[in-house]
Amino acid sequence: MSMESDIKFIDENGLRIDGRRPDELRHIKIEAGVLENADGSAYVEFGKNKVLAAVYGPRECHPRHLQNPSKAIIQCKYNMMTFSVSDRKRPGPDRRSVEISKIISEALESVVQTELFPRASIDVYMEILQANAGTRCAGLVAASVALADAGVPMKDIIPAIAVGKADGKLLLDLNKEEDNYGQADVPMAIIPKTGEVVLLQMDGHMTQEEFETALDMGIKACYEIYELQKDALKRRYAVETPEVEE
Amino acid sequence: METENVKPVREVVVPGDLLNEGDLKAGNGTYVLDGKIYASLLGVKSIASNYVNVIPLGGRYMPHPGDSVVGVVIDIGPSNWLVEINSPYPAPLHVNEVPWRVEFGDTARFLNLGQVILAKVLMVDETMKVQVTLNESGLRRLEGGHLVDISHSKVPRVIGKGGSMIQMIQNMTDCRIFVGQNGRIWIDGEMPNMLVAEEAIKMIAAEAHTNRLTERVKELLENRKTGLVE
Amino acid sequence: MSRSIISEIRKNHIIELLKKGERMDGRAPMDLRDISIETNVVDSADGSARVRFGKTDVMVGIKLIIGTPFSDTPNKGVLTTGAELIPMGHSDFESGPPGEDAIELARVVDRGIRESGMVDVDKLCITPGESVWMCFIDIYALNYDGNLFDASNLAAVAALKTAVVPAAEAGKGENYPLPVTCTPISVTAAKIANTLILDPTFDEEMIASARLTVTTDENGDLRAMQKGGQGPLTVDEVKAVVNASREKGEEIRNIIG
Repeated sequence: MSMESDIKFIDENGLRIDGRRPDELRHIKIEAGVLENADGSAYVEFGKNKVLAAVYGPRECHPRHLQNPSKAIIQCKYNMMTFSVSDRKRPGPDRRSVEISKIISEALESVVQTELFPRASIDVYMEILQANAGTRCAGLVAASVALADAGVPMKDIIPAIAVGKADGKLLLDLNKEEDNYGQADVPMAIIPKTGEVVLLQMDGHMTQEEFETALDMGIKACYEIYELQKDALKRRYAVETPEVEE
Repeated sequence: METENVKPVREVVVPGDLLNEGDLKAGNGTYVLDGKIYASLLGVKSIASNYVNVIPLGGRYMPHPGDSVVGVVIDIGPSNWLVEINSPYPAPLHVNEVPWRVEFGDTARFLNLGQVILAKVLMVDETMKVQVTLNESGLRRLEGGHLVDISHSKVPRVIGKGGSMIQMIQNMTDCRIFVGQNGRIWIDGEMPNMLVAEEAIKMIAAEAHTNRLTERVKELLENRKTGLVE
Repeated sequence: MSRSIISEIRKNHIIELLKKGERMDGRAPMDLRDISIETNVVDSADGSARVRFGKTDVMVGIKLIIGTPFSDTPNKGVLTTGAELIPMGHSDFESGPPGEDAIELARVVDRGIRESGMVDVDKLCITPGESVWMCFIDIYALNYDGNLFDASNLAAVAALKTAVVPAAEAGKGENYPLPVTCTPISVTAAKIANTLILDPTFDEEMIASARLTVTTDENGDLRAMQKGGQGPLTVDEVKAVVNASREKGEEIRNIIG
């Protein structure tokens, strides 16, 4: 973040280096039910990001001392595969992935009806196959779809997106080049039904006014992603739905 | 329970979908926010006697007292067994809840690891501590035969209206079949017949939310008839 | 987390079927499952593949990085294989550093590739004694339904065959295809109640008494083996698995071409 560069992030036509408008999302692809063993799963592409999410549970909680007698706990694990980034990443968790796992767990807790499953654990695994800025948001988008696919009762499906700043301009859904030289980044997630914010981080430098605009941009985009999430879940059963002949 | 009654809407809904503005009552798989009813599950919307429900398309089995379940012994203690019943909660089976006199520490002689049993859910407390029993007629060790696992949400369809579907499969394959509420099904009969029964059950599970299922299962069974052992 | 326990009924059912030469998924004992191979599935890797054997689903990525050679092989590149049984892949897999199953898997795959000389490490030298290409093969089990050995071996081989050495980005000349010399293929058999089967599923592995993985090259010569499981194999059984591996290895080799 905040490295100086000579790259022009917005051209004379107001378009970004990958041809998007400042408030345009990358191409998003979502598929539900992509893994056999998991109770629920999803595959998500956000531009060049590729993410798999799997849900196991509700199931018996291990280790036992984490059990909560009044509700299920949500245990998320965000992991980057070694070859998902340009330099090989060392296998295993680092401080960054532990933090991301924590905030994603907390975001999901806000919609999952955990009180229905005392003492149990709902385990959510996100594997980043290919990273290109915005993997935590893509991971959370995939995790929400995987939870619904697993038949876990929840009040809503959570979409997530990041808004960044490069060249002094607010840009939705930064790609890697923009993120490397950007001046700020604000990943966020909301509950679409209520508009409440369930994940929010910020780093870099923004004025209060810029932040508020960024929040607006992000929330608007979240509603677009939300439609894609719902569509992915319904598509899974579309093929099987009836030829009504009665 | 029986989805064949709730025609004709077979709308697939996802968590957060608006189901009703408030003139109906909130049933299973739903929640109320500001007077409106929303889905809390991925499933099929159904309206029955003034209630709007979501019939789940998957999810884990949650035990209820009185449910018949097919379980597998996964751990053995000196005075109890731990039974896996396809739910988030393994269920203890205490020596007092079996029809045999079991000495302390002699449990493995009666039910060993991997033993399959047809049990009944005795009680479930508010923290989801579950207990099962074998102390009732019909409950027992299951030996031989074949186990088929399906989602518990498909069980009503496999049983059919008044047991019609499962009876048809039993009659046409000449197999004995126990359907656990937990989605575990035990089939016993001649090997080729069991495999046909399995095929029929798996077809029902895969196509549970479609219409004309009974006819198609019947067709399948007719087509396989020549391979069956009398 | 608790290891799965297979029910007595399932176990006996598998054995009864095998007595008639049948298996739960309709295969004959010496049949493989359907195999699918996708390559170049991840742009950030220098080579990648996703391979499915039935429901077993494995992803492999290759990374080529400049490093220093070992002092006893100053002119040779370095080959490293790692495997992770990630908890996404099966309810028995736990988070945390690789356990003995993952390490055995990585070592058996590594052995087939290393001993066959598949990767021509002599051509991965940049400056003798100073800098060479280090080739990392990382295996992830996305969905486990038995026989991770063969799925991982095939995914690794397919990924290596499509890998490109990123020399240009490192300022070391033009990019060039990773130099590979042959196609080592492993075939794994399991022994259940004195019957040998190939390409075991999870349930079959649970009740198998022994396992044998045999890696062959295109000449039908043997390049690596690993016997697993607590039970013994007779010499005749070992020979039968070697024969089967040579034959099925050729079939699999034809799929990747």
